[in-house]
Amino acid sequence: MRFPSVCSLLLFAATIGVLSSCKEEKKLPIFGMRDTKTVTLADGTTQVDTVYQTIPDFSFLNQDSTYINNDTFKNKVYVADFFFTSCPSICPIMHRNMKKVYEEYKGNPEVGFLSHTIDFKYDKPSVLKRYAAKLGVDDQKWQFAYGSKEEIYTIAEKSYLVSVTIDSTQKGMYVHQGWLVLVDKDRRIRGAYDGTDAKQVEQMAKDIPVLLAEYKK
Amino acid sequence: MKRKHLLLSIFLLVLTGIFYSCSREGGTSLEQDMYYANGRDLYIQHCQNCHGEKGEGLENLIPPLTDTTYLKQNRNKLACYIKNGMEGKISVDGRMFDEKMPSHEEFTDIDLAQLIVFITNAYGNKQGMYTTAEAAAYLQNCK
Ligand code: HEC
Repeated sequence: MRFPSVCSLLLFAATIGVLSSCKEEKKLPIFGMRDTKTVTLADGTTQVDTVYQTIPDFSFLNQDSTYINNDTFKNKVYVADFFFTSCPSICPIMHRNMKKVYEEYKGNPEVGFLSHTIDFKYDKPSVLKRYAAKLGVDDQKWQFAYGSKEEIYTIAEKSYLVSVTIDSTQKGMYVHQGWLVLVDKDRRIRGAYDGTDAKQVEQMAKDIPVLLAEYKK
Repeated sequence: MKRKHLLLSIFLLVLTGIFYSCSREGGTSLEQDMYYANGRDLYIQHCQNCHGEKGEGLENLIPPLTDTTYLKQNRNKLACYIKNGMEGKISVDGRMFDEKMPSHEEFTDIDLAQLIVFITNAYGNKQGMYTTAEAAAYLQNCK
C-alpha cells in the first residue's frame, strides 16, 4: 500500500512540475507598433530598448457621471471594447460572452472591464447606467465610458486598433468591429479576440491568468 | 378462402391507419418539419444574436424565448411583434422587460410562419404547426 502511494505522489509532483514549467514559458505577444529608444545606463554605457505602443492618457465620464482615467485600471489587466446600447447586431453577443468572463473574474481585483460607447448622441451616462444595471454588472469592475466622438473614435482606431465608423446606410448606423482587446498593467495590448466568437472569448479567459502571471515575481 | 383474404386486408388497412395517425400525432407533419428547419435558419440569421443560441436572451436586456406560457398566450401577436418590432413593458419569465426590438419589415408571411413554427417548438415550446395563412390573418390585426 505504501509503495504505490509514494509512487503516485512522485508522479503527481512530476506532472505538476512539467505543467508549471510549460506555463512559465508561455507568454502573450505584444501588439501594436513598436519603436526603439537609446537609453543611457547608470554606468554611462548606452543600450537600445524597444518601446511598445501603449494606451495613451484618457479621461471619460462613466455610468455614474464621474470621470475615469488610466488610474481607474492601475494594477489591473483589463478588457476593452466598443459598443452602443441600441446596437441591433453584434453587441448583444459580445456582451453575452464578456459577461461570462466577468463572472469568472468577479472576485479578482486585478481584472477590469471597459466598454466605450460609440453612440455619443444617445448613450449618455444615464443610459449607460441603466444598461449596466440590466446587464447585471453595475459595479466598479466593469466601467462604461462616454466621451466625445473625436476622443472615442481616435482612441478606438489609433490606440486599441479597433475600427469604428458611422454609416447611415447600415441599420443601426454605427459600424464597428467586435474585438475584445486585452490590455496589460503597462497599458500594452496583449490580445485581441473576436467578441462574437464564444471560442475566442474562452481563450481570452484562459489568457488572463497567463498575463497576470507575468506580474507575479 | 376469399373471405379470409378480405378480412386480412381490412385488418391490415385498419392497422396502417392506426399506425399512420399515431405517427402523425406523436411526431410532426412533413410541412411542419420543413417550416421548422427553415425557421431555424432564419432565426440564426436574424434573431440569435439577441435572443441567444439556446433562446436564453440576455440578462434583463433581452427576454428569453423559453417562457412557454408567454408564447402561447401571445400566439396571435407574434407575427406583428416580429414584423413590426415591439417596445414597452412586458413580463416574460417572471421578469419585467422594457426594451425595444427592431422591426423586420422585409419578412414575408411565409418567413414569419416558419420563424414562428421554430420559436414555438424550440426551447421547451411545443405548439405545433403555424401556417402562412395564420400569419397573414394575424397581421391584419396589428396595432
Ligand atoms: C436587437 C435585438 C433583437 C433582435 C435582433 C430580435 N429581438 Fe426579439 N426582442 C428583443 C427585445 C429587446 C424584446 C423585448 C421588447 C420589449 O421589452 O418590449 C424582444 C421580444 C421578443 C419576443 C416577445 C418576448 C419573448 O421573449 O417571448 C419575441 C417572441 C421575439 N422577440 C422574437 C424575435 C424573433 C423571432 C427575432 C428574429 C426575427 C427577434 N426577436 C429578433 C430584441 C431583439
